[in-house]
Amino acid sequence: MNRSNLGNWALVAVASFASAISFGTGQAEEPPRNLILATTTSTQDSGLLDELIPLFEEKTGFRVKTIAVGTGEALKMSGRGDVDVVLAHAPAEEQKYVDDGSIVNRQLVMHNDFLIVGPKSDPAGIKGLQHASDAIAKISAAQAAFVSRGDNSGTHIREQSLWKEAGIEPSGDWYIEAGQGMGATLLIASEKQAYTLVDGGTFLAMMDKLDLTSLLEGDEVLLNLYSVSEVNPAKFPKVNHVGARAFSDFIRDPVTQAIIGKFGIAKFGRPLFFPDADTVASASPNN
Amino acid sequence: MELIWDGLKHALQLLFAGDPRVLGIAIRSLQLSGLATVISLLVAVPLGTAVALTRFPGRNLVVSLINTGLSLPPVVVGLFVSITLWRSGPLGFLELLYTPTAIVIAQFVICVPVITSLTLAAVQQIDPKLRQQLQGLGASRPQMLGMLLWEARLPMLAAVMAGFGAVISEVGAVMMVGGNILGSTRVLTTATVLETRKGQFDVAIALSLILLLIAFAVTWALTAFQQRGEVR
Repeated sequence: MNRSNLGNWALVAVASFASAISFGTGQAEEPPRNLILATTTSTQDSGLLDELIPLFEEKTGFRVKTIAVGTGEALKMSGRGDVDVVLAHAPAEEQKYVDDGSIVNRQLVMHNDFLIVGPKSDPAGIKGLQHASDAIAKISAAQAAFVSRGDNSGTHIREQSLWKEAGIEPSGDWYIEAGQGMGATLLIASEKQAYTLVDGGTFLAMMDKLDLTSLLEGDEVLLNLYSVSEVNPAKFPKVNHVGARAFSDFIRDPVTQAIIGKFGIAKFGRPLFFPDADTVASASPNN
Repeated sequence: MELIWDGLKHALQLLFAGDPRVLGIAIRSLQLSGLATVISLLVAVPLGTAVALTRFPGRNLVVSLINTGLSLPPVVVGLFVSITLWRSGPLGFLELLYTPTAIVIAQFVICVPVITSLTLAAVQQIDPKLRQQLQGLGASRPQMLGMLLWEARLPMLAAVMAGFGAVISEVGAVMMVGGNILGSTRVLTTATVLETRKGQFDVAIALSLILLLIAFAVTWALTAFQQRGEVR
């Protein structure tokens, strides 16, 4: 093949590639209309964001890109300035990122409870217990199948703290690390008739697809707090701070909070989340 | 079994009702993968042909590297393209992450080695006497190359089908660089994973069937073209 032909082809290829890229970039070059929201799989899988995001977009004109990953990854992304705003539910972890200046204006949004769910047959006999740490110890003692998120999500972080409190290092064939989102983890637990830790909202939203029942709830260590934080524009100049602040304000304003409080009642008979924005943000990240 | 049956019913309902969300996702999948394949052809065919027809030191190594592209895990491509495109990465200033352009880029990277490698094999196996004959008859470079590619059209079209197939069916890279965002980067494969994760199996099956249908339709068209003429 002679050089000039190859050269011509290469030029055409590079030109089309470059125009394809600039097409995409051109669209992104408008004033920051795009807002990247990093959030947990529980808020997405429960369907709450599907209801709130369109309202926010219509109200403010921002285009939200919701990236649902585990809380751990969402916070790491904020630590690199790759996202604009974070909705997470691991207060202790979030505090670390506030301390190092990656996120600012951390505000409480809503809460629900974590539950320990499992098979109706309850092989480890945890039904009726009051404390999560007792239940988790019994599950370990009975070597009953337990599915862990295993993905550094808010739920996983809470689960790990329960094991730590019980003084147990879970390992063995009975301890299954799914490495996936809450919905997928629940499906695995249902399939394997295993125990797992889940937030009340996602469990309620998926209950009819699962062969599991709630076995322990109400222990105060199972309180699940969701907070919204903005990625620090002083540390990461490229973030869309206007959009982040708008989202934080939106999700805490009374109208939205009322929507959050009603979410799920029509479909499931009970609310999935309890709005908290008017209460003082929990200063102690006791987790 | 009931689940699959429900899925099938739901799929047909979605298809015939022309549910706009599903249609949007299907059209987007076709557009992005189609675009990636076409741009890949512009790079891969000349590259494959050039390597097939020239001898140079280190050729075996180069050919091996190209052929490794056939085993390149798409999710690895997704990881490296993400790292390059996210804000803190070298090309972060382009703000391409989580856009359809990022998907086309990742699919391009996956598709080029596939088509290059198969083009290389297709062109290299043409009888060298044909090349000499064409040159002897006074064909210009472009004419000769055109004839050689026409001669190799059977395996060449297989290369296009392989390239398109690799990108339309891909889920890991698209998930990572696109973010599966409703209305902009959600495609059939990532939507199927999401619906499965949420336990909406009938919708997941419906999306899978639509994906299979698209893959079949495109392949059928290419095969019809490939198989024109007498069966040899």
